[in-house]
Amino acid sequence: MATKKLGFVIRTLPYKIEGSRLAMTHAISSQTVEIYLADGDLVEPVVCFIGDGVLNCLKSQQAMKNYGLTSLEQHIKNSLLLDLNVLICKEDVDKFGIKEEALIMDAEDIGGETKAKIVPYSEIQKAMESVDHLLFC
Amino acid sequence: MGKLTIGSFSSLVGSLSLDFAIKLSEAAIQKGHKVDLWVSGNATMLSKKGQKAFKDYSALAKKVQELVASGNLQVTACEACAEARGYHKEDTMEGVKRFSMDWYLASTFTADRVLHIGGD
Repeated sequence: MATKKLGFVIRTLPYKIEGSRLAMTHAISSQTVEIYLADGDLVEPVVCFIGDGVLNCLKSQQAMKNYGLTSLEQHIKNSLLLDLNVLICKEDVDKFGIKEEALIMDAEDIGGETKAKIVPYSEIQKAMESVDHLLFC
Repeated sequence: MGKLTIGSFSSLVGSLSLDFAIKLSEAAIQKGHKVDLWVSGNATMLSKKGQKAFKDYSALAKKVQELVASGNLQVTACEACAEARGYHKEDTMEGVKRFSMDWYLASTFTADRVLHIGGD
């Protein structure tokens, strides 16, 4: 019985390329990975938004209206609903002049209890050091 | 002998990331290691059969098939990413598998090293 931790580090802009969406969907797929593993084994993702990647976390995304696509906002909320650890880099949020109230911090509207955390980069560094494998997206 | 898992989201044509992934896979296999290669997003096109080799574009199909035939490279494509691109099961290169994204996470579980190439 073991748990492997994976760190998804999202640095890419939303919608421009598929990187952030794929990172989120791969992280969410951790919920069904047991079908391939021995009993008791788990994969535990942590999702970190840094650099341009913090722009994925903006509220009120209109992807369905403008592109006919599910929004990354919904993917982040689904991650929180599934109790994934979502970290957002404080320095990068500050650099863009984004206030916390403009960011997706919870999924209360769909019944989620886990909240995203805005943390200094040093905390993200610690998270990256704590995982078994890092996946830069 | 170790196991290397490589994941890529990068295009077959337009970036050389997959060329690098295949060269790295070959080098690892030559050193006696096993490689799992997960292709997702635009990278799924690596696993499509019927690729024609032009000298102006990356042409990896022959090398992939050689490595797969060696039994030391497992290439698996993201099924949803492939279907979204109109690339169906019958279009898949011989020896390549198609699964959902959790397969990749399971592969990382047993990997000694993971190299993830995100983006284009």
